[in-house]
Amino acid sequence: MPDALRDHAVSNLRYIRETMERASAFTSIPGWGGVAIGVTALVTTAIAEPMTAWNPRRWLAVWLIEAAVAAAIGAASMWQKARRAETRFMSGAARRFFISYFAPLIAGAVLTAAMLRGGALDALPAMWLLLYGAAFVSSGAFSIRVIPMMGVCFMLFGAAAALLPLSVANLLLGAAFGGLHILFGLIIARNYGG
Amino acid sequence: MAAKTARRVVETQIPDFDRLIHEKTRLAIVSALAVNASLTFNELKAILKTTDGNVSVHTRKLEEANYLTVKKTFEGRVPRTEYSLTAGGRRALERYLDHMEALIKATRG
Repeated sequence: MPDALRDHAVSNLRYIRETMERASAFTSIPGWGGVAIGVTALVTTAIAEPMTAWNPRRWLAVWLIEAAVAAAIGAASMWQKARRAETRFMSGAARRFFISYFAPLIAGAVLTAAMLRGGALDALPAMWLLLYGAAFVSSGAFSIRVIPMMGVCFMLFGAAAALLPLSVANLLLGAAFGGLHILFGLIIARNYGG
Repeated sequence: MAAKTARRVVETQIPDFDRLIHEKTRLAIVSALAVNASLTFNELKAILKTTDGNVSVHTRKLEEANYLTVKKTFEGRVPRTEYSLTAGGRRALERYLDHMEALIKATRG
């Protein structure tokens, strides 16, 4: 009987911990929005690829437009999903998620400006992928389990891009922003309600 | 069978044991509210993965025991029910955790 009592107490404590973890997570991550972002990223990769050789600044402009489009799609689809689930963006879980998500992205924006001024455009794909991945790894602690895994994948692409010239790194941007968004978007849509 | 007996022993043998939050759904509601300032009805339903009726019944019981407070508002035309844990509810959860830890210590071989 002592064993059964102990097991009962341990399982109750585990149940409380798991519930608290679930209740602390921000779950309005838009799967279909991720798929849409992935598709626009693939189109952008194709448009930007020839520019890597003859006009890297124009290549950058194309990707910055894509970033704005992706942000708009992400924000709209997240708002829609949160509205459907009646999740609030100002809840503790959402606040923790967004702070951890935006900190690396703001760093990325500042470094992009600095690298543009210094003419180090070749390093941009690696920096973007590493920081975008870092944003998901850190914010994933307050969200669904698949998010940190997606972040790690982006970081691996970033590490590879750091070793390659811009023309090839641009293809890695496409594979990551396109392929990973579509892949993980489908996983999220299928398992986490759209 | 052993689990059921263990549950009955816990409920009947531990002095001051809080049977109200020993029930799984109510324990989950109190736990979820312990890590959020407030949660809406639908947020609770999603966290608990249960039905509207279940959430209603158990939140009402916790409200009657003054473990949580309920705030009803309208967002446009849509009614919105928001729950928060009271100081009494938080103390009840802490007491419950203490009981479980004490039980583990007492039964350690």
